[in-house]
Amino acid sequence: MIGFRAAVVRLAGREVLHDIDLTLAPGQLAALCGPNGAGKSTLMRGLAGLLPGTPRRDPRRIAYLPQGAGCAWGLTVAEVAALGRIPHGDAAVAPVSNALQQCGLVSLRDARVDRISGGQARRAMLARALATEPEVFLLDEPTADLDPAAAHEVMTLLRDTAHGPPSRCVLVVMHALDLAMRYADRMLVLRDGRIVADAVPAEALPDAAAAFGLPFGSDPAPRLLPPR
Amino acid sequence: MIRVLAGGVAALFVLSLLTGAAGFAVPDGFILVQIRLPRTALAVLVGGALGLSGAVLQGALRNPLADPGLLGIGGCAALGAVFAFYWGLSAVFAPALPLGGLAGAAVGAMFLLMIAGRGASGPSLVLAGIAVSAIATALLALALTLAPNPYALAEITFWLMGGLEDRSLLHVALAAPPIALGCVLLLRLGPGLDALSLGEDVAASLGVPIARTLRLAAVGVALAVGAGTAVAGGIGFVGLVVPHLLRPWLGERPGGLLVGSLLAGAALLLAADLAARIAPLLLPLAQEPRLGVLTALLGAPFLVRIARRVAP
Repeated sequence: MIGFRAAVVRLAGREVLHDIDLTLAPGQLAALCGPNGAGKSTLMRGLAGLLPGTPRRDPRRIAYLPQGAGCAWGLTVAEVAALGRIPHGDAAVAPVSNALQQCGLVSLRDARVDRISGGQARRAMLARALATEPEVFLLDEPTADLDPAAAHEVMTLLRDTAHGPPSRCVLVVMHALDLAMRYADRMLVLRDGRIVADAVPAEALPDAAAAFGLPFGSDPAPRLLPPR
Repeated sequence: MIRVLAGGVAALFVLSLLTGAAGFAVPDGFILVQIRLPRTALAVLVGGALGLSGAVLQGALRNPLADPGLLGIGGCAALGAVFAFYWGLSAVFAPALPLGGLAGAAVGAMFLLMIAGRGASGPSLVLAGIAVSAIATALLALALTLAPNPYALAEITFWLMGGLEDRSLLHVALAAPPIALGCVLLLRLGPGLDALSLGEDVAASLGVPIARTLRLAAVGVALAVGAGTAVAGGIGFVGLVVPHLLRPWLGERPGGLLVGSLLAGAALLLAADLAARIAPLLLPLAQEPRLGVLTALLGAPFLVRIARRVAP
């Protein structure tokens, strides 16, 4: 379990997050949705203990994947995944090969991350997080540059990771509400630094649609309408 | 590959002991110990320090263009040595020159850490380095324009181009401890540098203390390169080029390049110093070309090749 209670986060004197009361439970894939600038990435960094004043986290228990994460050098996919073992200070092979397998990267393990597709590189970053074998995953837009099929694969992987066994806390920032509807167990909607909805996706969807300024229809099932 | 590099350093070491201004021969004991050994040992120490520092800084700053000169410590060491020249200290007391260099490097490192502050990050370290470097360059230019006589001016300019000739075991004794300490500090940074290749945020989430890692990198480079410059003058391009030469062979993981860069830097400077000694035998030169000039001449074409390779 990980969370924030009545947290207020200020960056450069400006209050970015207000009254955040959030606890993540194992066994749940939670989607964090909200328009650009709502404070999603700040919330993720705060949960990861990377903001000044937020509690330090045990790096063995939490894996954090920032938005648009890349690698400065041409490491191989296997080398990137192995970086996930740094918190443990070991060079265990099994967690790394499991992570590569789960992410479908076994055949690319010796390829350089700067010479594969954006989607494959994205999965290599995810493999790094999996290799840590943490209890909590904080993933900022892991499906952002994936094609639809790859996005579905990653979401399936994340749902299976959350449900276990062993069950894990997984919090994913995402803009694709259809993916969130289909895979998430819980949807958090962030708007102007406040959590305005926290429920199962079908219940939270109207608030999410409102936060994005999208029209919304509720018959026969909750659904988003294309923008006018 | 590491074994090949170590073998290369050993072979060049022996070759350097056997090569003199007159050519290739087994020298007598005095020449071997008093002239060839200090020169050879300094080439290994300074070259290794420059190669390792380059690899660490490129990894720490996630920038393939980073080089030990970026932090301005070499400039400060040169400034300290020039002060020793300037006030004629080096004429009365020979070790004043390397000691002045060491003092300059220490002052520069203190400034660097002060400006970069407690919460050091990559950009703040680079900016602090540029500031320190600019101050050192300006004061150096000032010392040159105010040089007491043309002879001093020529002497200073000559020294700034870097070289290992006429060094004694005293120079080795002065430079070896700080260089060794600096290299030990830098060699321990491997896992932190690996994590930093994913960015400072991810590295922090992996439990790597970013500010501490960057400060240790700065201190290690200051010790190693500061002491190196204090005894050898300004030698460019080694720190920049060596990691680039090794990446195709050793991979791009920053931590995996450290030992290799230490060895390759030593080998490169040994080879350059040998070339400097042999050059007057083969070419119509009145005296040895300066070592810093040679490393730049050898290094620049490598950079051109790298530039062509990275161009899209």
